[in-house]
Amino acid sequence: MPVILATDFIVFFLAGAIVYFAIAVRKDGAAASAWREIRKNRLAMACLAVLALYFSVALLDSIRYRDPVLREDGVQARTEKGEAIYSAQSLSLLDRAFEGMRANHEKTYSAPFAKHLFVKENVELPDGTTGREYAPLKHPGAHWLGTDKVGDDVLFNAMKGVRTAVVIGAGTTLIIVPFAIFFGVVAGYFGGVLDDIVQYIYTTLASIPGVLLIVAFMLLFGTSGYQGGLISEGRLSLGVFVWNDRLFWLALILGITSWTDLCRLIRGETLKLRELEYVQASRAFGVSRPGIIYRHIVPNVMHLVLITFVLQFSALVLAEAILSYIGIGVGPQMGSWGNMINNSRLELSMDPVVWWNLTASFIFMFGLVLPANIFGDAVRDALDPRLRYR
Amino acid sequence: MGPVIKIKDLRAYFKTPKGLAKAVDGVSFEIPKGGTFALVGESGCGKSVTALSIIQLVPEPAGYIAGGEIVLNGRDIVPLDEREKRGIRGNKISMIFQEPMTSLNPVFTIGDQLMETIVLHQAKRKGAARKAAIEMLAKVHLPEPERLFDEYPHRLSGGQRQRVMIAMALACKPDLLIADEPTTALDVTIQEEILRLIKEMKESTGTAVLLITHNMALVYRNADMVGVMYAGKLVEAAPTQELFRNPMHPYTIKLLRSIPGQEKRGKALDTIPGAVPSAVSYPAGCHFSGRCPREMEGCASIEPPLVERAEGHSVACHLHDPGFMNKPHSKPLRQEPDALPPLAVPPSERETILEVRGLKTWYPIRKGVLKRTVGHVKAVDGIDLSIKKGSTLALVGESGCGKTTAGKSIIQLIKPTNGEVLYKGADIATLGERRLKPFRSALQIIFQDPYSSLNPRLTVRETIEEGLRAVKPGMGKEERAEKVRSVLERVGLGPEAMSRYPHEFSGGQRQRIGIARALAVDPEFIVCDEAVSALDVSVQAQILNLLKSIQRDFGLSFLFITHDLGVVEYIADEVAVMHDGRIVERGTTADIFSAPKHDYTKKLLSAVPKIDSRLADLWHLPGLGAVK
Repeated sequence: MPVILATDFIVFFLAGAIVYFAIAVRKDGAAASAWREIRKNRLAMACLAVLALYFSVALLDSIRYRDPVLREDGVQARTEKGEAIYSAQSLSLLDRAFEGMRANHEKTYSAPFAKHLFVKENVELPDGTTGREYAPLKHPGAHWLGTDKVGDDVLFNAMKGVRTAVVIGAGTTLIIVPFAIFFGVVAGYFGGVLDDIVQYIYTTLASIPGVLLIVAFMLLFGTSGYQGGLISEGRLSLGVFVWNDRLFWLALILGITSWTDLCRLIRGETLKLRELEYVQASRAFGVSRPGIIYRHIVPNVMHLVLITFVLQFSALVLAEAILSYIGIGVGPQMGSWGNMINNSRLELSMDPVVWWNLTASFIFMFGLVLPANIFGDAVRDALDPRLRYR
Repeated sequence: MGPVIKIKDLRAYFKTPKGLAKAVDGVSFEIPKGGTFALVGESGCGKSVTALSIIQLVPEPAGYIAGGEIVLNGRDIVPLDEREKRGIRGNKISMIFQEPMTSLNPVFTIGDQLMETIVLHQAKRKGAARKAAIEMLAKVHLPEPERLFDEYPHRLSGGQRQRVMIAMALACKPDLLIADEPTTALDVTIQEEILRLIKEMKESTGTAVLLITHNMALVYRNADMVGVMYAGKLVEAAPTQELFRNPMHPYTIKLLRSIPGQEKRGKALDTIPGAVPSAVSYPAGCHFSGRCPREMEGCASIEPPLVERAEGHSVACHLHDPGFMNKPHSKPLRQEPDALPPLAVPPSERETILEVRGLKTWYPIRKGVLKRTVGHVKAVDGIDLSIKKGSTLALVGESGCGKTTAGKSIIQLIKPTNGEVLYKGADIATLGERRLKPFRSALQIIFQDPYSSLNPRLTVRETIEEGLRAVKPGMGKEERAEKVRSVLERVGLGPEAMSRYPHEFSGGQRQRIGIARALAVDPEFIVCDEAVSALDVSVQAQILNLLKSIQRDFGLSFLFITHDLGVVEYIADEVAVMHDGRIVERGTTADIFSAPKHDYTKKLLSAVPKIDSRLADLWHLPGLGAVK
């Protein structure tokens, strides 16, 4: 039985957008010529490959279903009314593909590729006495990035964090960009009262401490949401769609609190563009205002959107970590780099230091943000006719 | 006594992704004490890089001085170390720049900035430096120097700031003052005051001046010696009177003949085909080969040296080298006719196409929380104009006089506050955007800045089609493409331009695209808002010729908004002089220029530097006789 979360739609939307562009590139047009430009840039193509890898992990982790519960004789269990009973746990394709990693629990910390636990514990020695030893692992050498406090595989946890990061980054951006472009362009182009209103809204939003707003919002909406792990009876829907998804609320509120910066930039740029002569020439033809905005203003502010998106992406992933720390981020059962970084605070104060949790989350985050930066730059350059044909 | 500064075979190169750009490729000249040497040429020919090389400020690391000597008072300053060079800059050689609005730091007072140089180079104490600074402010004729000393730059006008810059530059009594386009950003009446000041300061301190400009008339009035630069080289150098009486290099002659003026009315202006070669790929021989109207077979491969051919008059051209002319490679490749084609004047029609009555455009000044209107900026304050079909009315005035606002108010880009704009008898000033639509195609505008007037993200075809889509929605795709092709051809661009983006074109070509955009919708009246002001003189000539010919072919009426009176004398039938939002004088071009009545008009006309119009008769390309 499939389970679809609200945040899955963000991932599916991204997948749809990728398919759309792939089709657009096949036809000859602006997209095709931009793609030819990007293809010339080898570094950008390498980054695209890395991004594709990340995205496929996120996509695999977004397709999940619950297994039917089987009776001892192998027949599917049913309720008295004859409805099929499904497991409370919904496993994604990613979980199933890396079943070994997911299920290979140890007792507690172990270093990467270790054969023994990281801490001594009481073990029964061959001579029958009890001594303190580094106990051997159940799956020696299987944990490439070690295990965490509760013995889960760190590499698998980091992979589970990919979807969270992609959803936070992309979901928040999907909220920010339309808001910021709409309000920024309206304020900048029309000016007057509309400008005053938009400025009033974003000044107000910006003057409320963001964390406070997010906490209040999450306590209002997010506490009862799905936090990963089991789909339980009661407050949560047992159906196919799970709308009340805590990660979705998080992306929403992060979007609401962070569109103001981009909006301010776009407003300023629009104020400048509005007075440029090609806009005036357009007005002299009697082109309608929506027409001018669509043809002359929006394409010329897109570079701001792209730069802001790329810069904000890493900030959003970090915001998720901070919010997890104060207990309103994603739930502890949902893999996230924020949670991993959070846990490593205590681990770094241990002696010897448990470094692999932090390292793993760092490498994964770095591996996403850097290629996203480089690829973003390449896209921006490819879309800018001034930089072409040089 | 030797010259103050002697430049010998100076070369300044830049490393660029496309190759080595030879911005300055062997320039030699010298300036005596108290002399003024003017370096003229079009943009990109290496004038400014020459100046920066002399003051040892070529932008590193991309640029460097590749060779030559800069001998200041007998000592070559090129090999000096950075510490010694700092001692020379601002002290022995100082510089003033084009843009007075940005060359002073807005967060320091005038006094602080002026004292900085004095303290640095003259090792004076603060008190003494203050005294010297105030003295300098008085010397450049700034009012109340004591009070100005503690003012911030934003309190000063452009002209006053340029005076402060001059005071700073001359505070240490330098041996050489480099003035890089010192008046280009200033109004013509202020321009004259600044030049007079430079002259006066030069006479009192004995400083030599290197004047860099693109304005030939300015050179004629203010320089002792002139050097003409083209593509990194000095092609001709002579005492000013000699150069204007007897220009020898075909480039100099062409340049002089492309300057618009009264004496050229009814004739086409001279133009130079093609574009200045890129600094990374000069021709092996003469850099002007390929564009020269008198090119010979050997020109592209044999470089002409700069040789003195008359008293103090050097020229780098094979035409004046008897040795070269005797050899077979002097066979002419091209022989452009010397005489310029006449430009048929359209028959003057009596029909008035556009009339403006009592036009006012006021901007409210709002203050306070409730934004109450406390007053108005009267940008245009009641003007009357009338333009006849097929004729050109010039609206002249200094910056800030409201001429651009007036132009935009007439074609309803800015809604006027009051007054009537009658287009063929219909008042369009009161119409809303929807009812204005039928008039939009008839009234068009061409802008000044060829860079900001085209959307960088649209192809030329999309740009030109935009107007057609808006005013003729019923037009088919094929028909539209055909129209775009035909207007592009009319302005001298091929159909291959359609799919290209604006940045692939030069400034002059962009201006042609801007003209094509306006022409595409079949207008009857075009506002040319400083349409040729940002262009180099030879490109300006091409655009003026183009405007004249489309006016003749389509019977267009132009409202020509400009501050350049030479252009007005050349192109306009009638002139309206604007000052502080009002029109102070109106009349035919001949009347206004020969007998101005209003004081402001007189002041404006007398401030414009002009080349003696009789000299124009002397500017002829060397004919076959000279070739021999």
